[in-house]
Amino acid sequence: MKRKLQKTKVQWNKEKRQRAVSGLFLTPSIVGVLLFFVLPFLVVIYYSFLNNPISKEFVGLENYVNVITNNAFKTAMGNTLLFSAIAVPLVVILAILLALLLDSGIPARTQLRSCFLTPLMVPTASIVLIWQVLFDYKGVINAIVTRHGGDPVEWLKSSAGFLVIISLFLWKNLGYNMVLFLAALGNVPKDAVEVAQLDGAGKIKIFFIVKLRYLSPMILFTSILSIINSFKIFREIYMLTGDYPVGALYMLQHYMNNTFASGDYQKLSTAAIYMCLIMIVVIGIMFGVEHHFGKDIEEE
Amino acid sequence: MKKKFTKVLLTVLAVSTAILVLIPIVLTITNSFMAASEITSNYGMIFQKTETGGKGFISQTVNLKFIPDMVSFSQYFTILIKSPDYLIKFWNSLILVVPIVVFQLAVAFLAAYGFTRAKGKAAAIVFFAYVILLLMPYQVTLVPNYLVLDWMNLLDTRWAIWLPGIFSPFSVYLLTKYMKRIPTALFEAARIDGANEWQIFIKICVPICKGIATSCVILVFMDYWNMVEQPLLFFSDADMYPLSIFLSQINAQEIGLAFAAATIYMVPCLLLYMYGEESLVEGVAYQSSVKG
Repeated sequence: MKRKLQKTKVQWNKEKRQRAVSGLFLTPSIVGVLLFFVLPFLVVIYYSFLNNPISKEFVGLENYVNVITNNAFKTAMGNTLLFSAIAVPLVVILAILLALLLDSGIPARTQLRSCFLTPLMVPTASIVLIWQVLFDYKGVINAIVTRHGGDPVEWLKSSAGFLVIISLFLWKNLGYNMVLFLAALGNVPKDAVEVAQLDGAGKIKIFFIVKLRYLSPMILFTSILSIINSFKIFREIYMLTGDYPVGALYMLQHYMNNTFASGDYQKLSTAAIYMCLIMIVVIGIMFGVEHHFGKDIEEE
Repeated sequence: MKKKFTKVLLTVLAVSTAILVLIPIVLTITNSFMAASEITSNYGMIFQKTETGGKGFISQTVNLKFIPDMVSFSQYFTILIKSPDYLIKFWNSLILVVPIVVFQLAVAFLAAYGFTRAKGKAAAIVFFAYVILLLMPYQVTLVPNYLVLDWMNLLDTRWAIWLPGIFSPFSVYLLTKYMKRIPTALFEAARIDGANEWQIFIKICVPICKGIATSCVILVFMDYWNMVEQPLLFFSDADMYPLSIFLSQINAQEIGLAFAAATIYMVPCLLLYMYGEESLVEGVAYQSSVKG
């Protein structure tokens, strides 16, 4: 009896030690994350309820009402969400098609994969020049358009800019997402495909009935990743069109920059919290959808 | 016969898509070897800020060329030797990005080992919080960053970019995902052999993670090499801007230089890619093991 007690005490000590050691390893990261992200975010929440950070008067939801009724914010949020709503499904679907193409037994698969992944490794700033040459009013695309009797388009200074930005987004992100889907396709069990083949299913049917189900966690993952990347599109827009783009390309980050410039902290804080809430809702919905559709394969 | 035909068709499709993807890169590089006069005569009208635009007839169109009339290194000569502006900006980029990559990885290795060895709910909750943080776009994290940097009086110094970058949880996430798959028996065996926790970490865990660490280095490097938002907000002095921002503000006279600068800006990335492509592909695939 006594011996047994001693043993558990030793074990307990070991566990306590283990906890202390892993805590020690975690300390630098946790301190940094708390200091630079978590604690100031609490301040951001606090600021969003004040009239301004100096007189610190509590104003309830006034900032939330002001920001959401502000026209610049509405335009910026609308454009940002519209861009994500178009670009994300497009990049995910095209990436799946590209992955299927590379997986269809064609030669030089590895070399092609390297080609498609290269844009990820090219800095945006380096490639923007070519996009300017292509899409400027007097650029290559308009030259082709006019040669065929069309009217030139103000690509970068009208709502057509959306297409330009989407082309740049696709160019940059397609390969990365494709690599993710190639990995997922590699994990589709071969016997599941063989069974379907024996049942006489064609390639397209096999994709929709068998492969798509195994791809669903990856579709969730790439969609989330692409949403986050789509919010970074400000970089490309800034490099293509500078500080003041046309209305159609005015994104949330432009709004944030302008608000930063005017030092309006309570507005900034409120906008950040809106953004955070939207992210949580969007990701929550996506997890819900994936859970609903992916359920049956996890049970197998 | 029909099967063979489809295969040829698919191959042609794949190859032509790949060429389409590579064209912008190839163009940038070949254009950097054109003499200033050739560049100006090809693209000059684009970058001149004239107000003659309108919806009129375009008499002068740009000339997109793959092969320079004459290969010239004059642009590189100007950038590297004559006018130091671009080189200074390139140096700005390096000095901002390299410390972030090195120290983010160091902090992340420690933290990932901590998460891997930790048992119990607390660590799982903290890790979940890291994932949530990872999902937040810049528009959410920049405001808290700004407030704390302002409070610490670090705005307008390089620390303003370094510190949030170093503690950003991306590498922690990726490394933890990987380390959790290392069999615990390996650690236990080392302990029985008398190794202490630090020795297990350095001598066993770190070497196993070499491949995944390479892909962390590449992804973090690329993310910060492209950075625009942070310097714009945290630096009021344009002299501190990295080359990525500087390149977007070129004017007509320097368009030729811009192609050469753009090419030089690509070089570190393409070298990294050549060195670590295999690890990168593996690492990218690992990221997605959401449920792992």
